[in-house]
Amino acid sequence: MTAAARKQGAPLLSQPRVQRVLYPVLIGVVLVALWQWMVVAMELPAYLVPSPWLMMQTLVTDWAPLGGALLVTLKITVLSFALATVAGVLISFLFVQSKRIETALFPYAVLLQVTPIVAVAPLIIIWVKNPVAAMTVCAALVALFPIISNTTLGLRSIDPDLQSYFKLNRATRWQQLVRLRIPSALPYFFGGLRISSGLALIGAVVAEFVAGTGGSGAGLAYQILQAGFQLNIPRMFAALLLISLTGVALFVLMAWLTKVALGSWHASELSQD
Amino acid sequence: MNRIEPHTLAPPPELTPAVPAVEVLSAEKTYPNGTQALLPVDLSIAEGEFVTLLGPSGCGKSTLLKMVAGMLEPSDGRLLVWRKPVSQLHDSARRMSFVFQSPTLMPWASVQTNVRLPLDLAGVPRKEADARVTESLALVGLEKFADALPRALSGGMQMRVSIARGLVTQPDLLLMDEPFGALDEITRHKLDADLLELWRKKKLTVIFVTHSIHEAVFLSSRVVMMAARPGRVVEQFHIDEPYPRSADFMVTPAFARQAKQLQDSLLRASSHDEEAAR
Repeated sequence: MTAAARKQGAPLLSQPRVQRVLYPVLIGVVLVALWQWMVVAMELPAYLVPSPWLMMQTLVTDWAPLGGALLVTLKITVLSFALATVAGVLISFLFVQSKRIETALFPYAVLLQVTPIVAVAPLIIIWVKNPVAAMTVCAALVALFPIISNTTLGLRSIDPDLQSYFKLNRATRWQQLVRLRIPSALPYFFGGLRISSGLALIGAVVAEFVAGTGGSGAGLAYQILQAGFQLNIPRMFAALLLISLTGVALFVLMAWLTKVALGSWHASELSQD
Repeated sequence: MNRIEPHTLAPPPELTPAVPAVEVLSAEKTYPNGTQALLPVDLSIAEGEFVTLLGPSGCGKSTLLKMVAGMLEPSDGRLLVWRKPVSQLHDSARRMSFVFQSPTLMPWASVQTNVRLPLDLAGVPRKEADARVTESLALVGLEKFADALPRALSGGMQMRVSIARGLVTQPDLLLMDEPFGALDEITRHKLDADLLELWRKKKLTVIFVTHSIHEAVFLSSRVVMMAARPGRVVEQFHIDEPYPRSADFMVTPAFARQAKQLQDSLLRASSHDEEAAR
């Protein structure tokens, strides 16, 4: 490397922003290469561990069923996430109306959270006729709690002096809500969204497993089940990859949304550089 | 400096105008659990005075200020602001502003929006409000930072924003609860000097809470000395240095003498505590 090239190269690599992408990608490349090498070198059969290359090939050749299933799972995830967000925010507003309401109802929110969705899902699927609606409700139940607890905490986390200032200026309840409580709650709310987006996906996949719906309404979980029965392990891996990528995409989307909504004012959004 | 006898807590006749701005009539604060935050206080503050409540922590100086503001109810006694209970002040033409110990700004809102808050809450039309915000920011020398977020400003600048928010309603009475306590000394001296300037220019009545003897001597026309356990008013002093006061005042023998007198009074008050404790 010439001196000039080193001069240009070094600052780029030492930038935290570049490092944040580069390091995980490097790890990924090394792991995938190791995986490919092991499968080839140890002559592992594809019905046990397919090579990454075979997985990618399967993703392309089986795109018709897999892509359709991805859309179904995405639909349930997004619907349930939206449902959980709306319901969670409404419940939080109810909770902060009075400490008594919260004390009375919060244990039930916890109950909702600690009951395994796998155990409740069959019941919901029996009760709700439409399978998509049933799975959406299941996934929403999983995603609901972080939004309730975070938003409630946020709505209560007001600078007491600032609240005194509002009261001193005879602010109405509505003014306090719009100008003080909601802005104070936003960082907490977005923290809740970030957790819940991942939970909505998990909930959707679990609900699909329990529902076991096939045909045109089949999601990725059904593809995994089917691939398991047929010992079509490469397709199973391809479906798994799609689920993981969906989760990552949701997380990145939420992180971006947080950044846009909170801008530069909140400490959690300050760059650590 | 005239030391005023403890039992004659009114300002001297030459300073008493027709209407006192604030009257504290045997107001006291005892919490339901029996803690005496403040023994009964009688205090009259004339229009245009700069009064400092000085004392150690726990002496009830903030409690007294918050009772004047109407943020705390006295457990007994009354407080009048321009001869009316504080709760009726909003019906009159008089206005009061409160400045907290911390800047107490909305971190998500620009300096402009923060200063405009009391006007927005009162429903002042946006155009008029913005004009007054600009004027108010100019008073504290921050007109260039209207669009900045609070976190982009230093602690001293944030405090200026807080003062601008206090001034934007064009108050007659400014209540300040240790507003510069968290700032470094150099910044504090600067803000003290600016505050005196504003007080004179706007003909404000100021009640200023502090635990700094030097700040009290520099700023006040009158110092109300308080002591702790239980919180009470001990003595009052007039600082008879004419205004305007420059920073040079702080290195004069007169300043040192008056600071010493306050210091002695503070020591006397706390030695009473120790005797009582034994």
